[in-house]
Amino acid sequence: MSSTVLITILSLSLLAFIAAILLFIIAEKFKVYEDPRIDEVQAALPAANCGGCGFAGCRNFAEALVKADSFEGLNCPVGGAAVMAEAATILGRIAPVVDPTIAVLLCNGTPESRPLTSRYDGASECRIAHTIYSGETDCSYGCLGKGDCEKACKFDALYIDHSTGLPVISDEKCVSCGACVKACPRNLIELRKKAKKDRKIYVACSNCDKGGPARRACKVACIGCGKCVKVCAFDAITLKDNLAYIDAGKCTFCRKCAPECPTNAIIEVNFPPRKPKVEAGTEVASA
Amino acid sequence: MSNLLNVSPSPHTHGKETTQKLMLNVVIALIPAFITSVFYFGLGAVIVTATSVASCIIFEYLIQKFILRRPLSITDGSALVTGILLGFNLPSNIPVFIIIIGSFVAIAVAKMTFGGLGNNPFNPALVGRVFMLISFPVQMTSWPVPSGLSTGYTDAVTGATPLAIIKEGIKNGESLSKLMEQIPSPANMLLGDMGGSIGEVGAIALLIGFAWLLIRKVITWHIPVSVIATIAVFTGLLWLINPAQNADPMFHLLAGGVLLGAIFMATDYVTSPMVPKAMLIYGCGIGIITVVIRVYGAYPEGVSFAILIMNAFVPLMNAYIKPKRFGEEVKHG
Amino acid sequence: MLKTFSTGGVHPPENKITASAPIEYLPVPESVVIPLSQHIGSPSVPVVNKGDYVRTGQLIAEGKGYISANIHSPVSGKVSKIDIAADSSGFRQNSVFIDAEGDEWVDTIDRSNELDTEIRLSSEEIIKKCLASGIVGLGGATFPSHVKLSVPSGKKCEILIINGVECEPFLTSDHRLMLEKGPEVLTGVSILMKALKVEKAMIGIENNKPDAIKNMQKLAAGYKGISVYPLRVKYPQGAEKQLIKALTGREVPSGRLPLDVGAVVHNVGTAFAVYEAVQKNKPLFERVVTVTGRDLSKPGNYLVRTGTPVRKLLEAAGGLPENTGKIINGGPMMGKAISNLDVPVVKGMSGIIVIPAEESKREETKPCIRCSKCVSACPLGLEPYLLMTLSEKSLFERAEKERVTDCMECGSCSFTCPATRPLLDYIRLGKANVIRMIRERNIK
Repeated sequence: MSSTVLITILSLSLLAFIAAILLFIIAEKFKVYEDPRIDEVQAALPAANCGGCGFAGCRNFAEALVKADSFEGLNCPVGGAAVMAEAATILGRIAPVVDPTIAVLLCNGTPESRPLTSRYDGASECRIAHTIYSGETDCSYGCLGKGDCEKACKFDALYIDHSTGLPVISDEKCVSCGACVKACPRNLIELRKKAKKDRKIYVACSNCDKGGPARRACKVACIGCGKCVKVCAFDAITLKDNLAYIDAGKCTFCRKCAPECPTNAIIEVNFPPRKPKVEAGTEVASA
Repeated sequence: MSNLLNVSPSPHTHGKETTQKLMLNVVIALIPAFITSVFYFGLGAVIVTATSVASCIIFEYLIQKFILRRPLSITDGSALVTGILLGFNLPSNIPVFIIIIGSFVAIAVAKMTFGGLGNNPFNPALVGRVFMLISFPVQMTSWPVPSGLSTGYTDAVTGATPLAIIKEGIKNGESLSKLMEQIPSPANMLLGDMGGSIGEVGAIALLIGFAWLLIRKVITWHIPVSVIATIAVFTGLLWLINPAQNADPMFHLLAGGVLLGAIFMATDYVTSPMVPKAMLIYGCGIGIITVVIRVYGAYPEGVSFAILIMNAFVPLMNAYIKPKRFGEEVKHG
Repeated sequence: MLKTFSTGGVHPPENKITASAPIEYLPVPESVVIPLSQHIGSPSVPVVNKGDYVRTGQLIAEGKGYISANIHSPVSGKVSKIDIAADSSGFRQNSVFIDAEGDEWVDTIDRSNELDTEIRLSSEEIIKKCLASGIVGLGGATFPSHVKLSVPSGKKCEILIINGVECEPFLTSDHRLMLEKGPEVLTGVSILMKALKVEKAMIGIENNKPDAIKNMQKLAAGYKGISVYPLRVKYPQGAEKQLIKALTGREVPSGRLPLDVGAVVHNVGTAFAVYEAVQKNKPLFERVVTVTGRDLSKPGNYLVRTGTPVRKLLEAAGGLPENTGKIINGGPMMGKAISNLDVPVVKGMSGIIVIPAEESKREETKPCIRCSKCVSACPLGLEPYLLMTLSEKSLFERAEKERVTDCMECGSCSFTCPATRPLLDYIRLGKANVIRMIRERNIK
C-alpha cells in the first residue's frame, strides 16, 4: 500500500511543480506592462464603481487620471475633495476645487396640490408610463412616482414616499453620482451645488406650460409670472418657457424670492423658520 | 377615487389562457394514465402519487413562505404537475421517505434555487427522479409485477421490466426471439399490463392524454412527434440491420418511458425550446440519446437522461435558432 | 379555402355590437378644437388668425414639408384662439379653437348625394386634389395619402389593395361604409387606381362581414379591375403587411415599404374620402366613428365632424355608464386609453370604446413560463419574451439585433401571454430607445 501512496504523492507533486513552472513562465512572457501608479490611484478611490465620474468603474477612472495631464474635468463625486487630493498627491498634480453637489427633485406635485385625473395600470416604471401619456395628473412634465430613480440609486439615498408619490433624497447618503438623473425620463432631478448646513433654495417645478394650464394642473406650479426674477438682486433667477430657474452658483440664499412666489413654487430647505410679519396697528399675539 | 378612468398601454383585452388553466389541462391529460396505473398497480400507485404531489406542494409552500418570503405561487399548479409527473416516474412500491427526498430535490434544488417557476434549466421531476435513481438504486429498480388492485404497496411482488429483460438477456447471450416470449404481448403493452413506473405503462392512456393536450392547445405536435419518430427510425434501422440482437421499433416505443417522456416530460415549457425548428432538433436529440443508452449504455432505460442532456442544450438553441422572420428574403433562382 | 396570412395571429372576441347600426349624423357641436398634428409627419401651420370667420370646409392649416397634410375647418364660425391643448395622450399640441355659428359650407363643395362615377381628373391632378383636401389614411395610421400615391422613380406599383378588413374587435365604421356607401367607395377605388396607374385592385374583407362581402362583390362587377376577396377572420389581418401577404403571397421585407413588393394599400374609409374630395370637392373634415361598449344604451356608428369633443359622442350614445372603467380611442388591441373627455375627434379616430370597470383592470404580472405562445402569436416572427427581457434590462444593442424595430405593436403577444406579462409595454420602450440609438449613430 505504501508504495502506491508514495508513487501517488511523487507523481502529483511533480505535476504540480511542472504546472507551477509553466504558469510562471507564461505569466512572465505575456505580462502586460501597466503603470504601477494606476493600482495606487485605484486603491485611493472609493471602489463604488458607480460611474459618477463618467467612466466605467473605478479602475477606468484611475487609468484616466494617470494618463491625463491635469485634473481639469475629472472628479470623483463619491470620494469628493479628500479622494481627489490623495490622487493628486500620488500623481504629483493639483486637484482643482470642485463644488460638491447634491441631487434635488424639481417637482413638488403631491396629490393635494396636483390632483390625480386618471389611474395608471401599465408596467410600473416611469420610463414606460412616460412613453404612453402625460401621467396620472394633468401636468405632463411632473414626477410620475413609479421609482425609476429609486431603482437606479446604488447608495440607498433615494426612496419614493408613498404618501406624496415623490422621491425623497437623503442629504447624508447622496454622493451625487448622477444615476438618478439619467434614470428619470423627464429629467426632473438636478445635481445642484451644495450649500452649508445642506440648505437649498430652488424652483420645485418643471412645468413649461403657460400659467393658466400649469396652475390648473397643480397648485404649486411655476406660472412664469417673473416676480422672483424681479426681486433677485444677484441675477440668479432666469425665466425661460414659462418656467423660472435659480442658478445655485449665483444664489446667495438671501431668501427674498420665496415669499414673492404667488404659488409657493420656490422651496427653501433646512432654513430657520421665518419671523411672522407684523402688520401696523395689530397687536402681537403673546407666545 | 373610483371615478378616475384607468389608463394603460394597449392591448386592452386579454385572451382566456392563464398559467393555471394550462397546468390544469395537463393534470386532466394525466388522468387516464393515473386510472390505468391504479388498475394495474393498485394501492401503491395512489400512495406514491399522493405523497409526491403533497411533498412537492408543501416544499414549495415552505420555501416561498419562510425562506424566500415572497408571495405564494402554489396555486398556479406547477408544483402540482411536477408532483404528479415525479410520482409517475417511480415504481409503485417505493417507500415514502424516498419520495419525500426526491420531491425535495425536485422542488428545492432543481426549481427554487434557480429562481422559481420559469428559471430552471433542467426538468425538476426528472432531476428528482435521477437523484433518487442514483441514491437509491435498489429501490428505484425493483418494479412491482402488475397484479391489479391486489398488488400490495411496499410488499408487492417485483419482477423485471420488458426493457430489463431484453437488456440482461442479450448481455447473457440469450436469443432475442426466446426473450421476446417472456415479454407481454403488444396488446398488453398498449393497455399497460407490464412492469414499469406508474405513469409509463399505459400507452393508450398516454396517447389519449396527448390528444387532449393537442386539442386544448397546451402543446404543439413538434416535440412528441420528433421524439417518437426518431426513436422509431433509429431502432427500426438497428432492427433491420440486426434483428437477432435488436428488438423491433414497436417494442421500443411501448416499453419504458418513451411515451410518458415524449408527451409529458420533454414538453415541459420551461425546459424546452421556444421555436418550432429548435423543438424538432431537441426531439431528435432526445430520441437518439435514448436509443444509444438503451442499446449501448449500461442502463436499460435512457429517456430521463436523454431529456436532461438535451435540456442543457436548450439555452444554446434558444440563442441561435430564431423563428422565421416575416419578410426574410428567400433566395430565388 | 379562405386566404389568410401564415405566421402568428390571435382571435380576440369580435364584439361587433354596432355592425347593424346604420350611420347616423351627429349634430354640429358648439365649439371645436382642431389639433394641428392629426397625421404622420410635420404638424401643419395655421393660415387663419384669432377672430377670423371661417366656413365649413375652409382651409385653416397648411401642411409643412413633404410629409404633412392640410387641415380644413369642420364648422363655420369664429376662430376663438390658436393655443396649446392636450391631445389624447395628455401631451400639449398647438390647436385651432373655433366657436361654431350655423353650418355654412364653402360653396365649391358639391353637397348633392348623387353618385358620380365619371373620373375627369388626370392621375397627377388626383394626387394634387388629395393633397389639397387633406386626405390621410383613415384606417388609423393617418399617413398623408398624396405621399403614398406618389410612386418614386425606380419603383413600380403593380396592384392596389383596399383594406376592408377591420380586424379590430368592436369597430364597424368600415363595415357600414361598405354596406351604405358601396358605390362611392368603389368609385374612390377606381380613382385611386387611376392615380397609381394600375389596372388591378383587390379588396380584402374579413369573413365576419358576409353582408358587406356580398354587397361589394355584387357592386364590384360594375367596376373594371376590382375584385373582392373574403379573408379568414384572424387578428391582425388588417395590418398592411399581413393583408398583402394574404392577398398576394408577397412578404414585405423588414424595413421596407409595400411599394417594394409592388403594392400600395389604402383603407376603405380613405377610398370614400378620396371619392368625396375628387368628385364632390369636399375636403376631409368629418368621418364615421364607431361609439360602442357593452353597457352603452345607444351604441352606433356616427358621422362626426373633426374637433367634436368625445364628450358629445358619448352623450349621443346614451351617456357614459356609471361603471365605466376605461375609454379607448381606437380598437381594444392597438387603441389608446384616454382620461380626458374633452379630447377632440381627429382624422384618425376610428372608434370610441367604453369598457366597464370589471374589465378594465390588468391582471398581475407573473413569471414567464417560457410557453412560447407569444412566439407563435407574433405575426412578424419575433420573440416577444426575449425583447421584453432585453428592454427591461436596457440591453438595447442586442434588442436591435433581435429586430425590435420590426414590431408593429399589434398586441398579439400581450394578448396571448398566459402569465399576463406586459410584453408590449417593454417592447415599445425597446423600440423607442433603439430608434433613438440609430438616430444618434447616423448623426455621427
